[in-house]
Amino acid sequence: MKNIVCASLLACVTALSAGGVWAAETIKIGFPIPLTGEIPKVGESSKLAAELFREEVNARGGLDVGGKKYPLEFIYENNEAKPDVAINVTLKLITRDNVLAIIGPQSSRQAVPAGGVANDNETPMISPWSTNPETTRDRPWVFRAAFLDNFQAPVVANFAAKQFKAKKAAVLFEISNDYSKGLADYFKAVWENKNGKASVVAFESHGPKDQDFSAQLTKMIAAKPDFIFLPENYSFAAAIIPQARDLGYKGYFMGSDAWGSAELMKLCGDACKGQFFSTHYAAAGAQGATKAFIDKYQKKYGYVPDDVAALTWDSVVLMTEAVQKVGKLDKNIDKMRRAIRDNLAAVKEFKGITGNMRFDEQGDPVKCAVIVEIGQQGEFAFKESVCP
Amino acid sequence: MEFFLQQCVNALQWGSFYALIALGYTLVYGVLRLINFAHGDVFMVGAYLAFFIATGFLAPEGAFGFSRELTLWLTIPLTMILTSLVGVTLERVAYRPLMRKGAHRLYVVITALMCGLILENGNLALLGASRRALPELLDKTVYQIGGVAVTNLKLWVIVAAVLVFCALHLIVTRTRMGMAMRAVSWDRFALPLMGIPLERVIVFTFVLGSAIAGLGGLLFAMSYPALDPYMGAMTGWKAFIAAVVGGIGEIRGAFVGGFLLAFVEIMVAAFLPSTFRDLFAFSTLLFILWLRPTGLFGRPLTSKI
Repeated sequence: MKNIVCASLLACVTALSAGGVWAAETIKIGFPIPLTGEIPKVGESSKLAAELFREEVNARGGLDVGGKKYPLEFIYENNEAKPDVAINVTLKLITRDNVLAIIGPQSSRQAVPAGGVANDNETPMISPWSTNPETTRDRPWVFRAAFLDNFQAPVVANFAAKQFKAKKAAVLFEISNDYSKGLADYFKAVWENKNGKASVVAFESHGPKDQDFSAQLTKMIAAKPDFIFLPENYSFAAAIIPQARDLGYKGYFMGSDAWGSAELMKLCGDACKGQFFSTHYAAAGAQGATKAFIDKYQKKYGYVPDDVAALTWDSVVLMTEAVQKVGKLDKNIDKMRRAIRDNLAAVKEFKGITGNMRFDEQGDPVKCAVIVEIGQQGEFAFKESVCP
Repeated sequence: MEFFLQQCVNALQWGSFYALIALGYTLVYGVLRLINFAHGDVFMVGAYLAFFIATGFLAPEGAFGFSRELTLWLTIPLTMILTSLVGVTLERVAYRPLMRKGAHRLYVVITALMCGLILENGNLALLGASRRALPELLDKTVYQIGGVAVTNLKLWVIVAAVLVFCALHLIVTRTRMGMAMRAVSWDRFALPLMGIPLERVIVFTFVLGSAIAGLGGLLFAMSYPALDPYMGAMTGWKAFIAAVVGGIGEIRGAFVGGFLLAFVEIMVAAFLPSTFRDLFAFSTLLFILWLRPTGLFGRPLTSKI
């Protein structure tokens, strides 16, 4: 009896120390995404886009790796739009579920800390939507599908200067959000560089749970800006704009890519119509593969996919292509993960549905941004495209 | 000057919500010496009920197709009644059994905390995480009075808070039920000996507190039309702090405390970098409590309410 216990214990220990032996029957990819919390629609879009891809591939019998077909298995974990939860669920996906790769988290607030976890555990990760440079900086295992905030900030600044003939800007951002804070800082630097020292007349922040912005907005309106820049999640943008109108502000607003959720107009109503924001793609007027994706998505789920859905699709395609290029499924998960990472790093050019991208040495794509105008029916209409 | 006046209007409106929630905290505490931590979430339930009632009645989507005025006038009493039912249910299901068994107050407070979490997560499980926007029930107009912008909705919110306070004050000081409430707060154990139905008084207290929270939820949903299951948590906590600073158990205290907290919060954001909003706001309140541990209107261990 004792011997059996000893033997089984020994077996366990060897199994543990050998590490990374996995079933190699399905291709597992983990998605730490915000299914609840302040941006639930972002999580929903990511999941629906990924499911669309998974069902399509599995209907063909699975992903073809070296002549053999393996079904895709996607594991969705809720990061609750919180940085700490994002770290936990990413770690769980890597160590307990033994996923080959991670796609997500979406917002930089979760992607920056989760990227550290993926990098430390040597698991390839693509964040589809994160635009903060810190997510991938000096992290060879972390990639992304979105452009960077230091590219987005001048796009916004140049467009606002041209469109509104603006000289003075006001900014309101969320202090605890890496995305919002980072973009606000970049914007301030770019704008002041262009229009002189005091040209950002108000630079205000709020907390993650705030619902009333009247104090900050009163302060901003008193400074008489030509437009207000809101690098905010759509839920905040939808709350802030009507409140500013109630305080008598009649000027323009300019937003960033986090506005581009299908839920923005539902929450914001008429107040958001006629405003502009920069984003990754515009659904209206799309062609080719992009249109095919939009049609598929709309047919299945009943609404036009937002940028998160499109970027998630691109990330999944990038990741599965990297898996295919490995040529065979290795029993050793560490080797497998390394091979996937090397393939991702070797991608020189990728034709995605959010545009063509090249990857630089940090694993960041070089791609075009789109300025979108919110039309009178609440549709996101293409205004202009800005390329690096 | 205009800037300051505008910030005062902002603070009055924001403070109205704190005051409305704080009144519910203080009522229950005054009568039962129980901190009803689920109260912030009752407020959230009120906002959701208002949403469902309004969308149910309103044309063109609603089943009844009523006009906006009619919907608003129906939504107000219905929300208050249904929310008070939720409050009474909590009392019946969670607090009364424990009190009857003579459990220490601490356990009841923890139960209240759990009830709040159950309401939040139950809502999340039932309705999903997607935010909902209350349709506009009032034609919003922005008035410019000497450079100060104010909407009719904001004025109504402030008026409602003041009216509720006056009504509550009258109920507690001028009615038989109010007298009974004060008696419970004075000595809960002697009361049944006098032939006063203790549990009926307690239920009445919960009805009052929850109905006010329901009204607050409705007004909040009209002013900040994005409902999510956790909306009551932070606002509820802050309102509780407001009630403590005002002197918990004291109706005037809750009212003044609510506005005080909002004034401090708004003025800090207005004249200091907005990053410091909560830091300075709560440091100020800590200082007030340090000077007066029982709150502004609180008296140590006498009859409260």
